[in-house]
Amino acid sequence: MSRPATTWQTVGPFFALGLRWMQGDDLPAPGVSGPRVTITGRVLDGDGLPVPDALLETWQANAHGKYAHAEDTQDKPLEPGFRGCLRVGTDAEGRFRFTTVKPGPVPAPDGRSQAPHIVVSVLARGLLRRLVTRIYFPDESANATDFALSLVDPPRRETLVARRTGPSDLVWNVILQGPGETVFFDF
Amino acid sequence: MGLAMGTASVVGYRRPRPGTQPEHLHPPYLSSVKRAPRQPLVRLPHTLSEVTGPVFGADFVGSNGQDLTHQPSGEALGERIIVSGQVLDEDGRPVAGTLVEVWQANAAGRYRHEIDQHRAPLDPNFVGSGRTLTDTRGGYRFLTIRPGAYPWKNHANAWRPAHIHFSVFGPAFATRLVTQMYFPGDPLLDTDPIFNCTADETARRRLVSFFDWSTTTPDYALGYRFDIVVSGREATPLEAG
Repeated sequence: MSRPATTWQTVGPFFALGLRWMQGDDLPAPGVSGPRVTITGRVLDGDGLPVPDALLETWQANAHGKYAHAEDTQDKPLEPGFRGCLRVGTDAEGRFRFTTVKPGPVPAPDGRSQAPHIVVSVLARGLLRRLVTRIYFPDESANATDFALSLVDPPRRETLVARRTGPSDLVWNVILQGPGETVFFDF
Repeated sequence: MGLAMGTASVVGYRRPRPGTQPEHLHPPYLSSVKRAPRQPLVRLPHTLSEVTGPVFGADFVGSNGQDLTHQPSGEALGERIIVSGQVLDEDGRPVAGTLVEVWQANAAGRYRHEIDQHRAPLDPNFVGSGRTLTDTRGGYRFLTIRPGAYPWKNHANAWRPAHIHFSVFGPAFATRLVTQMYFPGDPLLDTDPIFNCTADETARRRLVSFFDWSTTTPDYALGYRFDIVVSGREATPLEAG
């Protein structure tokens, strides 16, 4: 008996009540290998105004390019204590900040490697379904041939690539609507 | 198993059937107007990044998140209810061990959240958040109180029907779902722009829970049943021996 997936509904303005127990911008545990990177940014609406009630959920591989999930059967090591997901909310100015390890490359359906990336769900009041996007890293030659980036019109690809502001600091913004609108993927 | 990289074996998750999920822009819901993207979404075949997803263990989730009615200070006010159901995929297979999170207003229609300014009392014995992992049959169960309806600013005399927010991960990043459960017979459903954001009426009606005698507990609580379906696999992989 097959029934289609349940309809999405917005998280509304009060989601912190149910979801913030897992929210954190903590450093990965000291034993987890890989370069640390701190990503900051803002979530902005179609008027360029901050979105103070957005939540980002991230999912990524570890520094070896291995996901902590049974369907990743690659012969690569797991990192105990590194789950690969974070939840981070925006503040009154629409700002968010999290620190993680830079993920390694993971395989693409075309048989090549995907450039290092973090997949992101954006949830907020006003979003009836989540928005799905990706964060890529600057100075990565693999970005030029990446499976997902190649599906995006070249002028819009830069919305998915973080900007370097320091040795381990990146900036990446989420523009929900309007000029510079972030690329969101169909899910 | 075939290729060393395993790349050819990624089977994606199904895309929504037309009309069964909301469009991002739904003008009757005013908050969507400046927040919905206007550029077309880019279709991305699922890769290993989307068919994997966060996994949470019992030690992380804890075991005391299923009862929302008791605090150390006392018992919550309101009509006690038991909300239970199954998390299934689109082929009817149970999704075991997945995280289900809920949050809701109290019996007076007030959220324990700093930005909720509704002139209704907070209940010192009610927080309004819960979480659990589904059991081996995909089952979950919460003991809570029936939330109240509350006004909001979307349009003149706007009231949200009573609802409980549900967040479910499912087996992969691709199966993430956040929804709202409603109550049968609520007269506010017909005019609620959030409930009505999805075109398909059958899909909307499935957001309404059923009153359930089988979980109604004598002298204690009414039962409501709410099953949740997450995306299924595009093609059934051959069952491993």
